[in-house]
Parts: sequence; C-alpha cells; structure tokens
Amino acid sequence: MDKLLEWLKRVDFPTLVISLFLVALFFVAIFVEVPIPSLLSDSIRRIGMNGVLVLAMVPTIRVGVGPNFGLPVGIIGGLLGALISMQLGLSGFLGFWVAVFLSAAICVGIGLGYGWLLEKVRGQEMMVGTYMGYSIVAFMSIMWLMLPFTNPDMVWAIGGKGLRYTLTLDKYFGHVLNNFLKFKVGGVEVPTGLILFFAGACLLVYLFFRTKVGLAIDLVGQNEKYAISSGVNPKRARLVAVVLSTVIAGVGIIVYAQSYGFLQLYQAPLFMTFPAVASILIGGASIRRANIRNVVIGTVIFQTLLTISLPVLSQVTRGDVTEVMRLIVSNGMILYALTRAPREAG
Amino acid sequence: MRVVLEMRNISKSFYGNQVLKNVNLTLHEGEVHGLVGENGAGKTTLMNILFGMPVIHSTGGFEGEILIDGERVNIDSPRKAMEYGIGMVHQEFMLIPGFTVTENIKLNREITRENILSKVFGKSLRTLDFPAMREDAKEAIGTIGMSIDELAVVAGLPVAHKQFIEIAREIDKKNLRILVLDEPTAVLSESEAERLLDIVRYLTNKGVSILFISHRLSEVLKVSDRITILRDGAVVDSGPASKFTLSEIAEKMVGRKLENLDLPPRTKELSDEDTIMSIRNLRVYMPGETVKDFSIDIRRGEILGIGGLAGHGKLGVANGIAGMYPAEGEVYLEGKPYKLNDASYALRNGVVYLSEDRRGVGLLLDESVEMNIAATAILAFGEFTRRFLFFTLYDRKKIREHAMEMIRKLDIRCKSPSQIVRRLSGGNQQKVCLARAFTLKPKILFVSEPTRGIDVGAKRLVLDYLIELNRKHGVTIVMTSSELAELRSICDRIAIVAEGRLSAVLPPTASDAEFGLAMAGELQGGTHRG
Repeated sequence: MDKLLEWLKRVDFPTLVISLFLVALFFVAIFVEVPIPSLLSDSIRRIGMNGVLVLAMVPTIRVGVGPNFGLPVGIIGGLLGALISMQLGLSGFLGFWVAVFLSAAICVGIGLGYGWLLEKVRGQEMMVGTYMGYSIVAFMSIMWLMLPFTNPDMVWAIGGKGLRYTLTLDKYFGHVLNNFLKFKVGGVEVPTGLILFFAGACLLVYLFFRTKVGLAIDLVGQNEKYAISSGVNPKRARLVAVVLSTVIAGVGIIVYAQSYGFLQLYQAPLFMTFPAVASILIGGASIRRANIRNVVIGTVIFQTLLTISLPVLSQVTRGDVTEVMRLIVSNGMILYALTRAPREAG
Repeated sequence: MRVVLEMRNISKSFYGNQVLKNVNLTLHEGEVHGLVGENGAGKTTLMNILFGMPVIHSTGGFEGEILIDGERVNIDSPRKAMEYGIGMVHQEFMLIPGFTVTENIKLNREITRENILSKVFGKSLRTLDFPAMREDAKEAIGTIGMSIDELAVVAGLPVAHKQFIEIAREIDKKNLRILVLDEPTAVLSESEAERLLDIVRYLTNKGVSILFISHRLSEVLKVSDRITILRDGAVVDSGPASKFTLSEIAEKMVGRKLENLDLPPRTKELSDEDTIMSIRNLRVYMPGETVKDFSIDIRRGEILGIGGLAGHGKLGVANGIAGMYPAEGEVYLEGKPYKLNDASYALRNGVVYLSEDRRGVGLLLDESVEMNIAATAILAFGEFTRRFLFFTLYDRKKIREHAMEMIRKLDIRCKSPSQIVRRLSGGNQQKVCLARAFTLKPKILFVSEPTRGIDVGAKRLVLDYLIELNRKHGVTIVMTSSELAELRSICDRIAIVAEGRLSAVLPPTASDAEFGLAMAGELQGGTHRG
C-alpha cells in the first residue's frame, strides 16, 4: 500500500486524472455493450500510428526550446518524401523505405533552416514555431498545385495538374507496416510491424540521448551556462535538436499515412501538432523535461481515450461529443503545461 | 555644531544572519561624513535602513532608533525619508532611460496645473507644467556646474552625466538636508570625480549634511570632516578625518585575525622559472566585473589567490580564461599560446574552472549527483563511455562507480548518487563541484568563491580538499575569493585586483594595511613584490 501511494505521488496529476477517466470509460463500454476487442484493436493501431509524431517532441523539449509547435515543417518534408516515392511508382516496403529516407534527407535540409530561424528568436520558439507551421502549410498549399508531379493517381483527374487533397496509398505503401506479421488474439488485431517500428524509433532516440551529442542537448536544456562551461556549443546543440525533431516528424507522418492508407495534403498537416504536443504532456512531460516514457504513456492514454470515447459516449449521450472532448483535452493540456512552466523554471 | 541625524544602536539580521551590530552614527549639520568598509561590512544595509527601503521592512525591520533633530522618527518608506529631507544617490542608477533629463529630475514631484478634468476627477489628472519643470531642472543642473541639455533623453548620455543627473535630482528637492552618496565616484574619471567633490563642498556650505560612501579611501580622506569605519557590521572606529591616515583606515577596514591552517609541505619547491601559465594584458568583458588589463605569471604547483573588492574585476579573470565571457589578451599555457574564448579548448588542455555562481553555472540542479560529477568529463574527454552498435554511449555503471568513489572521498552527504543536487546543502553542492573538477584531471584549477554560502565546518573541508589537490595531485590552483582571511590562510601569494587592473601581488603575511591599500588601488610599487 505504501509503495502504491509512493508511486501515485510520482505520477503527474493530469496523467492520473485522464487515466482514471479512461478506466471509467472502459467500464461504461462494458455496460453499454460496445465490443471491447475492436476498441482495443483500434487503440493499438492508433498508438503506433501517432507515436512517432509524439516522439518528435522529445529533442526540442530536452534542448530547452519547448515542444516543437512547428511540427508541420517536418510533416511537409515527410509528405514530399512520400510523394516522390509515389511518383517513382515504388510499392510495398521498397516504397515505404524510399519515402522514409528521402523525407529524412529533405527534413535535414529544412530542419537546418527552421533551426536557424528559431535561434534568431530565442525565448519565443513555441509561438514562432506555431506560426511557422501555419506559414509553411499555406505556402505548400500553393506548391502542391505547382510541383511537377505527373502520376495520374496523384493529380486531379480533371485537368491533370495539381495534387489531390487526399491520395490513396493502396497501390503504394499503404498498410505495409500494419500488415507486417499481423496477428489476432481473442478478436484483438495486433499490427506487429507498426508497433515494432514505433518501438525501434523510441529505442533509437533513447540511445541517441545517451551519446555525447544527446548529452550536450540535455545539458543545454537544463543549464546553458553549465553546458558552455563543459565545452558545449549551445547554438549547435539546439540546431541538432531541431533538425532531429524535424526528421522524426517527417518519418512520423509517413508512418501515420501508411497506417491510415491515405496521404493528406493542403491543410491537413496543421491538425497534427496539438494532439502530438498534448500527448507528450499527458504522458507527464513538461515543456522543459521529457523522456521516452512520457511519449509512450502519453500516446497510449491520449489515443485510447479518443478511440473509445467515440463509440462509448455516443451510446450514452446524444450526438458526437468526442470531437469536443478531444479539443478540450488536447488544448486544455497544453494550456495547463504552459501555465505551470514558469513555476518549474524558478 | 548641531546634530542633524543620529542613528542609535542599530542592529539588523537577514534570516538569522546578523549584518549590523549596535551601530551608532551621528551626522552634524553641514558636514561630510565618510563611511568606509569592505563589501559586506554593512554600509548599504545601514543606508537602506535610513532610507526606509522595503527590503528592510519585508525582512522583519531593524532594532535601534533614528533621531532627526533630536526627535525620534519612524522611517518606514522611502517617501517618508524624503519628507524628512533625506536624499540618496544610489550605486545603481535609478533613472528611467527613455525619459528626458527634466522628467527624470522631476519624477514624481512634477509641477502641475489645474485643468477641467482634474477638477472633476482629482489631482492625478492635472496637466504637467513643462516650462516650469524645465526651469527647475536647468537650475539644478546649473547648481552642480554641469552643462547638460535638460531635454536630452537619459538613455544616450555618458555614465558620468547620469551620475550628475542623480545628484541634480536630489538637489532639486527643496527640503534636502541629508544626502547619501553611495559610491558616487565609481564610474567617474579623475577630473569628473574632482568636480563631484566640489559639488559636495558646495552643498555642505549650503548646510546640507552628506554621508559619503566610497571605496576610494583617498577621496574619503580628502573630502570628509569625520569618518566612520565599519567592519563585519560593527563600528570599529569613528572620529575626525584628521585623526586617520590612509593606511590606518585600510588596516581597520580589513583587519581580521588570521585563521591558521597548518599547510603540509611541498615535495618540490616553487620556482619563478617554472611558469605554468602566463597571462599578459588580459581584458575580459564580464558585466559588472570587467577586467581591463591583467598580467601575471602563475608558477607550477602554487596556490595563487586573487582578491579585491566586488565589481573590480577579480571574478572576471577566471571567467575570461575559462571562456565564459569574451576575453582578449595574450595567454601562454606551458609556453604554448593558449586560445581564449573557447571553453572546450580550456577543458581539453587541463584548465578547469569552478564558477562563483554555483547554482547558476556550476551545477545541473535537477540532475543527479553522479551526472553532475560525470557530465563534463563525458563531453570533454569521452570518459565513462562504451560502444553499442554504432553509438558511443555513456555507461551508467562506470559513472556510478566513479561517483561512489568521489562521494566517499569527499564525504558528500547524499542519500544516493541518483539524488538530485538541488536538495543538497550548499556545502555538499560545492563538494559535488569539486568532485566534477577532480574528474576532469585539471592541470590548473580556477576556483571562484569556493566557500560562499556554506557553513563553517564545510568551509574547512573545502579548503582542505583544495590543499590536498594541490599538494598530493600537483594541481596548480588559482583561487578567487572575497574573503581575504581565506586567501591568506591557504595561498602562496595573493594578487589584488583594483579597477580591473592588477594592483599588487602580496605574500599572505603582508599587513592588513597593505591589503587595504592594494584593494583601494593605492599601494605604491606593490606589483613587484611577492
């Protein structure tokens, strides 16, 4: 009992509240006879689908520039990689990996630019990142119409120019990870490849933060002067962190798209940021500290919450309250984290 | 002469730390009263009490009484102090940079006229009478013999002008009777300081009494009628200025009984030929601690002390060498040119620095003890690492082993090596810093204020460990400290910095008077000693 209390004290307050809410929802689900196995299958799929995007928050938080509100910057890089892979007509795992490597390369480039910009606005990164996201999405909305993609599956059927809003990935790399070593237990479908990829990405980031470069990033985030006195160049550390975050975001959107089965262009990248930021915060991170555990816990709680609240709450209440709840949870979580930030800093 | 102000038996503690003990001070009409003392002697606190600063009353007030014209008064806010005719020119400028000279001089005492709105809504909406204010400002500036445009914005003016504007502001207060000048000449050149002293004399002729606080002892001696010397929060001596000589003041200001540490002998004697680092014309741009021109040869194996008053640049030396603040100059390490402004280069060449700002620079407060000890060594030398796949990772096990050893050796009181450093006491935090430094295998260790903010017992341990590093491991140590007694107890020689320059190099056995004079930059021919 003492140990349980001790453990409860260590758990972040919002994490606790939302977890309890989640457990309550599960009980309601049993009560209103919503099929639990399908809920679990959906949850697992969504966890793997969104996890990598949440992981992109870790480097920027740890280097001290806060959650990467400029997530769309990396997402655009990822989309470009995926589009090129499609244009080349690559399918299956080949298409997926080509997309991943291309987007990583593109993201390094734009990440450097984005990092340079953030360095100019030290202390305002979260706000500038948000607007950077809006700007790049608007700019790319024009570019999607202008870029010389010619694959008939990708461009508008009428006119033959400009990319469509939503591209179907069935013929390319849709569901390749989800279907890799997929199996079913007791009605619960487990997308093994997807989970493995998320786990692998987590492991890589974890290992990265135990290297010298990773340690330098940590030191800069915790005490810049200590870092300088340890021979670290803080500007370089911040740049590395931002580039890394951008690359992870690029890879993250490809994982997301293959699981979803569609590539979403135009305004869609804007709606990825807040859920990702909220997830890591729910997992117990603050805007100054984050680790892989926060990513995993946060993604699990947040995505499970979204998955089960829709069928369960639509049974008990009239109309769809899920979307409302998603907004309240994600925006409320961000607000909570921002208000307690100054206290932590002191 | 009539006594204007009397402060009787003033005592004051901050959080149980007594900074003033039964201080008595009397001020006569039209006299200049010099108040001297080292940093931390209690001068500023005494003046804050007189001026009713909130910092005094928010920390529990003070004991004793203040009498003005023989009547007991209760000054509990600066406004009250002003009503009694007390003016103060602060060490830090209290001017609003974006306002004009006139606005600054008349701030909060603006001359106003009635208008319709103010008749309806009250006084605070009255119109400012700029022409009248300008006249007043002009007159005040004229009084002190300056020609500053009263409509100029303060921000762009030279520091000396700002200093004079502060004084003009006080003079403009028509009821001014007592004026406190806190380090008024610190930012002034010699001729400007001369003018300021003229102003002081002019004011006393008009019957204003002046409390003059300065580190420049010769100035104090020159301008004051009487002098009071504070040391460690108590008055050590007080009397007419003619009673004192420069070196007497210096001696009384510094004087402190020596703590005798038995220093173990060296295996190898120090020699002037064996220089580990020579510093030539070092300039360091550290705000508040600027080093203007500092040269010294550091002998291999010695413990060199760097002392001096706060703000004179003693802290800047180590910061500059370690690459924490921009520095210029020629430095040679073991005969080879040494690269400044590169902290990583310093570390790799065995130059290790422990900051005076332990919590701000020296520690990762929310990290574990072991990480604090090891992080810098991992980054600078790749120590405590192992290969894993294509990564080079730091090795928790090796770090733990090393941390345990350091904890045992330095007797760091912590629950476990994974306890976060914020929870440790100041002394233990300093030991963690020392463990970190030792881990870096320094050739030269620059350590600043190693005993600041830690209790007596821990102080002793820290000093003992520094001696052990020096004698057993052959580390050359450069220790910067505000506590002269501490420097004298372990150093082989002590360099005193005054106004950003090396003022003297003294042996620890030099007299109090010599140290006092060196700190004031007034010891003749001191640089060639020791």
